[in-house]
Amino acid sequence: MTRLAVIDHGAGNLVSVARGLEQNGARVDVVTEPTGLAACDGVVLPGVGTTGSAMERLQSQELVAALDAWEGPLLGICVGLQLFFETSDEDDTACLGFIEGRVAQLESAPLLPHIGWNDVELATDPLFAGLGNSTLFYFVHSYAPVPANPGDAIGWSEYGQRFVAAARRDNRVGVQFHPERSGEAGLAVLANFIAECQRGRRAA
Amino acid sequence: MLRKRVIPCLDVTAGRVVKGVRFVDLQDEGDPVELAAKYAAGGADEICFLDITASSDGRETMLDVVRRTARNVFVPLSVGGGVRSVDDMRATLRAGADKVAINTAALADPGLIDRCATEFGRQCVVLAIDAKWRGDGWEVYSHGGRAATGRDAIAWAAEGAERGAGELLVTSMDRDGTYDGYDLELLRAVKAVVSVPVIASGGAGSVADCVEAFEDADADAVLAASIFHRDEITLASLKAGLAASGVAVRL
Repeated sequence: MTRLAVIDHGAGNLVSVARGLEQNGARVDVVTEPTGLAACDGVVLPGVGTTGSAMERLQSQELVAALDAWEGPLLGICVGLQLFFETSDEDDTACLGFIEGRVAQLESAPLLPHIGWNDVELATDPLFAGLGNSTLFYFVHSYAPVPANPGDAIGWSEYGQRFVAAARRDNRVGVQFHPERSGEAGLAVLANFIAECQRGRRAA
Repeated sequence: MLRKRVIPCLDVTAGRVVKGVRFVDLQDEGDPVELAAKYAAGGADEICFLDITASSDGRETMLDVVRRTARNVFVPLSVGGGVRSVDDMRATLRAGADKVAINTAALADPGLIDRCATEFGRQCVVLAIDAKWRGDGWEVYSHGGRAATGRDAIAWAAEGAERGAGELLVTSMDRDGTYDGYDLELLRAVKAVVSVPVIASGGAGSVADCVEAFEDADADAVLAASIFHRDEITLASLKAGLAASGVAVRL
């Protein structure tokens, strides 16, 4: 059985993320310290809240270095994806720096936060296998990543402006929307990530 | 395109769903976890739980309902009722809520809105406002509609959004459970002073009522309880009706 570590840094959506992964047949360990990553096939970094408080907690749990050293599949969700970038304009936070670029507020949004179901244009990526190239997902956020290299984006949505809704750099992949709250399409994204972790395990 | 949302609301007390008229005469409507699953399967864009007893011993019962629902329902959950502190909000989020509504406690201590928004981000802080017409404007009520506060609802909406509420759940006490349609004047007045999403609540009785809330009052979401519990209108037929009227919804 594929074993996934879900990082617990105090984010609210932990239960639903863990449950969405279990629903797809994964075994989930909720992890609060670096040793928790030792035996898993993949890591999920969820996030609801602010990038500043998430980074503070990851630092105090010594998980920043552990995530940096982790070379297997890593899935970031919402603030979890934002943490992949170098900096966030939200509280001027220094983030993990896995992907070049920053996180910026949706300046042209009609209302903030951007809350609800919106179309996501999906690139061809293993994370989106089996989904249509435009699929509805649930968003709750005011900030979104701006990758320095446009090639790192694998999903886009539109709310007063076009913004990056998903990004990947090698094994590190993330979504700005909430797959754990996006019904069947969201569960398919989680299943695809689990499949990616399985492939990684066979290759290792 | 961002879709307009339809949100079934489950008023919960002692672990059961109830619904009344104008906040009184409550009737049992079923098990919250089962109803939430049914609505999610039927196309609900979110589910809202409001703990209407909100006594301290009822808190744990409510969190258990949230926990059990979050395990089986993969659409967003908003939860309100009895949230008095940052710690209460944390416990509710940890139980599986995506957004938490605050009401009475924020009226007693408006700084609670700021503190919750700082801690969890404004996107998970919903300010619930129960408003009643008093002849020259709308007055805010606290304690589940039992206590008049003297506050003007529109000024309170503006202050709440300013302090960090990421969404407003605006309930017309005059219309609640009446099937007479949303209070469009109230919604328009709130929309005019805030730039966060507004959920219309209180009075939905027909597809046309929901169309009006979206088209005439520019609501971002409609919340309803009675019509869904009694299967008077199914989610599927409501959403099909909205789509046919030109409202962009998720089908």
